[in-house]
Amino acid sequence: MISHFLIRYGEIALKGANQRFFQETLIRNLRRSVEDLGSVEVRLSFSRIIVDVNAEPAEAADRLRRVFGVVSMSPVRIVDPSLDAIIETAVAMVQDTLILRPQVQTFKVDTRRADKRFPTPSMAASSEIGAAIRQRFPELRARMKDPDLLVEVEIRDAAYVATETIAGPGGLPTGTGGTALALISGGIDSPVAAWLVARRGMTIVPVYFHSFPFTSDRAKEKVLDLCRVLATYAGPFPAWVVYFTEIQRGIQLQVPEALRVLAMRRMMMRICDVLAAREGAQALITGESVGQVASQTVESIAVINAATRLPILRPLIGSDKTEIVARAEAIGTYEISIRPFPDCCSLFVPAHPRTHPTVEELEEAEATFDIAALVHEAAERGERVMTSAPLTTVISDR
Amino acid sequence: MDHHYREIYLDNAATTRPHPDVIEAISSVLSNNFGNPSSLHGKGLAAERVITAAREAVARSLGVSPDEIVFTSGGTEANNLAISGVASQVKGRHVITSTIEHSSVLAPIRRFSDHGFEVTEVPVDAEGRIHPERIAAALRRDTALVSIMAVNNELGTIQPIEHIGHVIRSHNAAGGRAFFHVDAVQAWGKVRLRPAAAGVDLLAVSGHKVHGPKGIGALYVRKGMRLASMQAGGDQERGIRPGTENVPGIAGIGTASSLLHSDLETVAARVTSLRNRLREQLTTIDDIHFNTPVNGIAPHILNVSFSGVRGETLLHRLEQDGIYVSTGSACHSHDPTPSHVLLAMGLSPDVALTSLRFSLSRDTTAEEIDAAASAVRAAVAELRTLTPR
Repeated sequence: MISHFLIRYGEIALKGANQRFFQETLIRNLRRSVEDLGSVEVRLSFSRIIVDVNAEPAEAADRLRRVFGVVSMSPVRIVDPSLDAIIETAVAMVQDTLILRPQVQTFKVDTRRADKRFPTPSMAASSEIGAAIRQRFPELRARMKDPDLLVEVEIRDAAYVATETIAGPGGLPTGTGGTALALISGGIDSPVAAWLVARRGMTIVPVYFHSFPFTSDRAKEKVLDLCRVLATYAGPFPAWVVYFTEIQRGIQLQVPEALRVLAMRRMMMRICDVLAAREGAQALITGESVGQVASQTVESIAVINAATRLPILRPLIGSDKTEIVARAEAIGTYEISIRPFPDCCSLFVPAHPRTHPTVEELEEAEATFDIAALVHEAAERGERVMTSAPLTTVISDR
Repeated sequence: MDHHYREIYLDNAATTRPHPDVIEAISSVLSNNFGNPSSLHGKGLAAERVITAAREAVARSLGVSPDEIVFTSGGTEANNLAISGVASQVKGRHVITSTIEHSSVLAPIRRFSDHGFEVTEVPVDAEGRIHPERIAAALRRDTALVSIMAVNNELGTIQPIEHIGHVIRSHNAAGGRAFFHVDAVQAWGKVRLRPAAAGVDLLAVSGHKVHGPKGIGALYVRKGMRLASMQAGGDQERGIRPGTENVPGIAGIGTASSLLHSDLETVAARVTSLRNRLREQLTTIDDIHFNTPVNGIAPHILNVSFSGVRGETLLHRLEQDGIYVSTGSACHSHDPTPSHVLLAMGLSPDVALTSLRFSLSRDTTAEEIDAAASAVRAAVAELRTLTPR
């Protein structure tokens, strides 16, 4: 069966000279998100995108609504742009909706004429369609403000009739903003940080630092599961599993306890420098927010920044934990993040980390390290895992 | 270090490798004997014969009558069936258990405590052992059920089941009406179990702990005892456990049962000496503490705390050497939860988190024990240099 969707995109229409590039990228991403389900056609119609895909509507909708750049979308039926045909379809769709949503009591018809050659003005068309619906379903009342059911009719090359609007993630299409490495720990914050940056159009490449036997292979599997959820929005992408055991060991042996977390973060940044060059990435993403744990002070941030030449994007810097948790639940990473496998940070967290460190004391603590060799080994022994969305998306959403 | 030259599996209290004869029996049933035992035709009869033979084998291993054996989906279901089956039909309002029971006993009992039952959890001594006098003191006129495990799964400590059975019998002779349930999942095939002589009314066993398949267990239900079923359905397993029988699984547990109980004493002696060998070799490591006591223990378990080394880290470090063991504790992200058993016997949470459980099987060899002991020695030394103490 062919399912049709009308996709609304907002912000990218404003991008002036680059508008075409943004639209084409969005169209490509929409196509890619559903092309494994069945044959697909995506086309631009005025300032909307129409997707026709040979797939179950619910399954296709679940893919499309994760594509960055989509503000909202509606499953639509496409009919000839004649009032009779529109009315017949609208009545049939309202009937279907009432079966699924018997609690609906009020409705409204909203008509937009992109094609002004259509003879009936929008308001007049809305009222004629509404009258037909009321006649067929006398129990429904028309209501202009907050109706239970909104019937939308868009008249363009054809007429598009919708009775459902699904919110998209907004943002900009993936692939329009460069590439960034996203440091993913397995906690709640870092996947949210990666998602927020990805939503601004950046291509993300997750990096996880694996310290077996100090962390278990289940901790690694957990991170890869998080990456698979992120891939439902921003994938497919490669994910790096860095061999961090030797560095962890060295830090544990040689760095004073209070500085260990910072030394570890600095080594992570150095390894990311190497991986960024390989992936063509221009920035790093972390899930830090000021003051969340003792090591996340502004002095600590300065010490971490000093270890890399790349800008570090910290989209959660001003967020409260409750906001981050709410976002994690909404994007579907929360349930995975709270699985009980400790990441390497939590295993080695010292009782009293230094909260006002200086670059000099870190450099002194790292003086005995052969940094170049350690970084080289960590990257060389790393694994690059191509990651795509799981076949069946079983993540919770709101 | 990343190459496994050999695998040494010392997590047999978690599960065991299925015996080749078991695999053969299951495979043969799946291939040649797929009938429904309830069918009237010959295929049904052939399947029923498989069950009859397996029931006899399991009954023989316990010295009981075949019609006292009910097959279940495993040890957890057998324990739940026993506890719910008694609690949902008796008048009593009181249940006795211990602080070191398996979650498949503690959780259903705690659920009954939400429904008006009073629960007494009897403490254990520093060896993880329950004193029968404690049971005697806890028994009341309205005690409906006493549930005590035969062998503790983390420590290997054998509980004085016969003695407790005697205490309960005396109590019942004086007007009490308490039933005695024993979780024998970790004991079956390791120590001789004679529930009838010990005054046990209900006793649970599991297939996969004794080289049988997963998904099959059994409950001994003393003749004459009425037990309410947990689910409603047909009259399979005398209606106590309705549902089409897991014929391949039953064939598997039957085969495991005959194999393992034929030479139980000789195998137990050999495994005991291997466990003692491991114990001796580990003694050379500084600052360790054996949580498993010296006497009155099952052959196959040795639980040790290595001061200053987190059990989970040591487990993964040994995994790199191809050695598979267990920690008694589940680790939650920022909140490691120590084993309730080790805490109950008086260990501090810190020490409990440094514990590791080695569990042997009839397949374990002296070479494996020696290799494992030296790997443990090296791993503990290595990890101790990393962890400030």
